[in-house]
Amino acid sequence: MTTTYTLDGVAAPPMVNGELVFDAPWQGRIFGMARGLAEQGIYQWGDFRARLIEQIAVFDRNHQSEAVVMSGASTPQYRYYDHFLRALETLLAERGLIAAGELTDRIGKFVERPHGHDHHHDHDHDHDHDHADDHDHHID
Amino acid sequence: MSDTVAPAIRAEAIESLLIEKGLITAEAVDEVIERYNERVGPLNGARVVARAWRDPTFRRALLADATAAVAPFEFEGGQTEKLVVVENTAKVHNVVVCTLCSCYPWAMLGLPPRWYKDPAYRSRIVREPRRVLEEFGVKLPADIEVRVWDSSAEVRYLVLPERPAGTDHASEDELAASVTRDAMIGVERLL
Repeated sequence: MTTTYTLDGVAAPPMVNGELVFDAPWQGRIFGMARGLAEQGIYQWGDFRARLIEQIAVFDRNHQSEAVVMSGASTPQYRYYDHFLRALETLLAERGLIAAGELTDRIGKFVERPHGHDHHHDHDHDHDHDHADDHDHHID
Repeated sequence: MSDTVAPAIRAEAIESLLIEKGLITAEAVDEVIERYNERVGPLNGARVVARAWRDPTFRRALLADATAAVAPFEFEGGQTEKLVVVENTAKVHNVVVCTLCSCYPWAMLGLPPRWYKDPAYRSRIVREPRRVLEEFGVKLPADIEVRVWDSSAEVRYLVLPERPAGTDHASEDELAASVTRDAMIGVERLL
């Protein structure tokens, strides 16, 4: 066999053969956290997966969906990354890494932030609110 | 109350706490996202399929022990779970699902498409695979056996599609470009 294989012979990036991976930036962040923590050995990926299965199983039990639509549209109300987020919250609380109360406090602080605060445009684009982020950046 | 907060804010709150506690850095999160958005994707699997089509020795090794056979590719992140490649033939069509959540051969295909994670796909592909495949545009003759493979934490499946006719002289890169993600999940035929 004389063929020489080059491992990077295909120049096109993977996305050419796929689709956008995340619907909203926060989904990427939460995926990056869940995966990154496992890669750093904070927990095993299988432990996260077990929590994700639990979250999804609850949804499946409550929504025995017979939705026929396959490509494109999802089962109504099923938002995979919401379950992903809850699975991470659950695991972090179980491991004593972020207590539930601690998270609630932080969320409360973030909710009360004034508009125009300095964050990295992570809002939920599914969310139907009228919130232009770039308005009125006063320098206080 | 906080249960109704937009997930974007919950995610941001978690990240800020993880960073403060020194458990992760924003850069580490960025790196994971970039890796899965830009570098780990279906073209990894497509290259494996293309090589199997051109190289019978590699094809046999891939079907016998896919985890070992793909190791020399040194895909980023590696194939950390056991990989099993199932071969479509004139008599058998394979399709992959994860009935419990979203297990998927990431190193080969990147992250799964939305419908793969959907409850409808996860339940129906097991119950009525032919009908679901028809909805994907795959009409299978009655004499083709359909095999549904349920992924798990330990085992990830990848479909080796049938090589399209008229590609005898195609290069490995040309072949790889013709292999789609959906064909490697088993919801598309390339013929």
